[in-house]
Amino acid sequence: MGLGVGLATLYLSLIVLIPLTAVVWKSSDAGLSGFWRSVTNPEAWAALRLTVVASLLVAVINVVFGTLIAWVLVRDDFPGKRAVDGLIDLPFALPTIVAGLVLLALYGPQTPIGIDLAYTRTAVLVALLFVTLPFVVRTVQPVLMELDRDMEEAAASLGAGNVTIFRRVVLPNLLPAILAGTALSFARAIAEFGSTVLISGNIPFKTQVSAVQIFGQIESDNRTGAAAVATVLLIVALAVIVALDLIKRWSARRG
Amino acid sequence: MAKWGLRLAALVYLLFLLVLPVGLVFWRTFEHGLGAVWKQLTEPNARHAFEVTLKVAVLAVVLNTVFGVLLAILVVRHDFPGKRLLNAFIDLPLAVSPVVVGLALILVYGKFSTFGGWLADRGIQVIFSLPGMVMATIFVSLPLVVREVAPVLEEIGIEQEQAAWTLGAGPLQTFCRVTLPAIRWALAYGAVLTLARSLGEFGAIAVVSGRLVGKTQTLTLYVEQQFQNFNVAGAYAASFVLAFIAVVILVGVNVLRPKEGEA
Repeated sequence: MGLGVGLATLYLSLIVLIPLTAVVWKSSDAGLSGFWRSVTNPEAWAALRLTVVASLLVAVINVVFGTLIAWVLVRDDFPGKRAVDGLIDLPFALPTIVAGLVLLALYGPQTPIGIDLAYTRTAVLVALLFVTLPFVVRTVQPVLMELDRDMEEAAASLGAGNVTIFRRVVLPNLLPAILAGTALSFARAIAEFGSTVLISGNIPFKTQVSAVQIFGQIESDNRTGAAAVATVLLIVALAVIVALDLIKRWSARRG
Repeated sequence: MAKWGLRLAALVYLLFLLVLPVGLVFWRTFEHGLGAVWKQLTEPNARHAFEVTLKVAVLAVVLNTVFGVLLAILVVRHDFPGKRLLNAFIDLPLAVSPVVVGLALILVYGKFSTFGGWLADRGIQVIFSLPGMVMATIFVSLPLVVREVAPVLEEIGIEQEQAAWTLGAGPLQTFCRVTLPAIRWALAYGAVLTLARSLGEFGAIAVVSGRLVGKTQTLTLYVEQQFQNFNVAGAYAASFVLAFIAVVILVGVNVLRPKEGEA
């Protein structure tokens, strides 16, 4: 087994660790000031700002609609509920480029419903909402299923209204799951590439997200610049993983 | 009343974000009949893209399944300094942008890097060719098998394995007769998820493949290229195949899931 473990570590190193280290290493090619210049050059900075703002918006919308959808799937009952439940995973299964294509069909220049969002920031937002849909739903759903209804009934018998019960009884129980799902969808939105490529039109200063901007820098052989922005994205990714770990510990301590 | 409002809001959101866009592309794909779709799919570049996609996906699934189990064993059964760090690194690929994955591989294995140059001198080309594409796919789907298998390993404990040991079974025999049967559903589930991820990977592959038509073009790259070349029918047809596979895998996973509890 010792050999197997050694091989597994080598595998992880060759494919994940060494290449990621190379990105951070490369980003410091021109020193700290060079790194800073690459990140704050107008085009890279605009892309980073759009990426972060859009991802934050996506996270907030996912909190609301993710929780709402999970609630409806657990507490409500209607014909076709199982089909809707199965549908939620579709964005995870669908290749991102297909996701982009599909959104462009409905919200592009040939829109049959009169909503043409192509090459706008709203389009970027919609694409990110599509690919991140399952995160909050799938983290909240199991917790909601486990949740004991006795507490809610007790609150109701003591005269609490629906809103109060949700805010004071249900929400505190769901909070760790909602936070975890939100962190995951934020991380995914920050990193997203494929689904935004077609529908955003990748217009610098307007609809170009960081992943696409990095792609452009690689294509034009500016690897140091690409590595600098990539390092920023990596730091965000790492921060989210640490945050998730903290949320897990926190909810384990509470539970 | 509130119940109806919530249901309506959730369903309308899903309708406009998910159902209508996907449904529209399905409808547009078959607008001109099945024959037209078939013609698009049997076009030489499309067929070649199928082949490349399959090759990359199969290699990535096999390697990630084998090494995924090893990594899961490492994380669950062994104790060593830096274990928490290793755990974090296994999860990292889920949060790293596909484009950054591609860049990372180019920086190490590209012709102009030290190691990549050394490999190139020996006739091994990683970037802009199959090995790099397999590596990129492995990177993005690495956590899937590990994260399915690790909790099951944790749950089954080591008593049975120890019993096999005391009865004289070797490590390989113990693994094949005791450990493997216990983790088989988790393993199958992880492998299927890896397959889905591998078939659909776009960003990382776009960077490391060089997007050479008829050479390193996978199905997802083919979809993009056809769309950019204004052959929307071709893009839709290939998208349909990818989406169809995705749905089959989705259903398959849902079939696998309950069995996990029974086993």
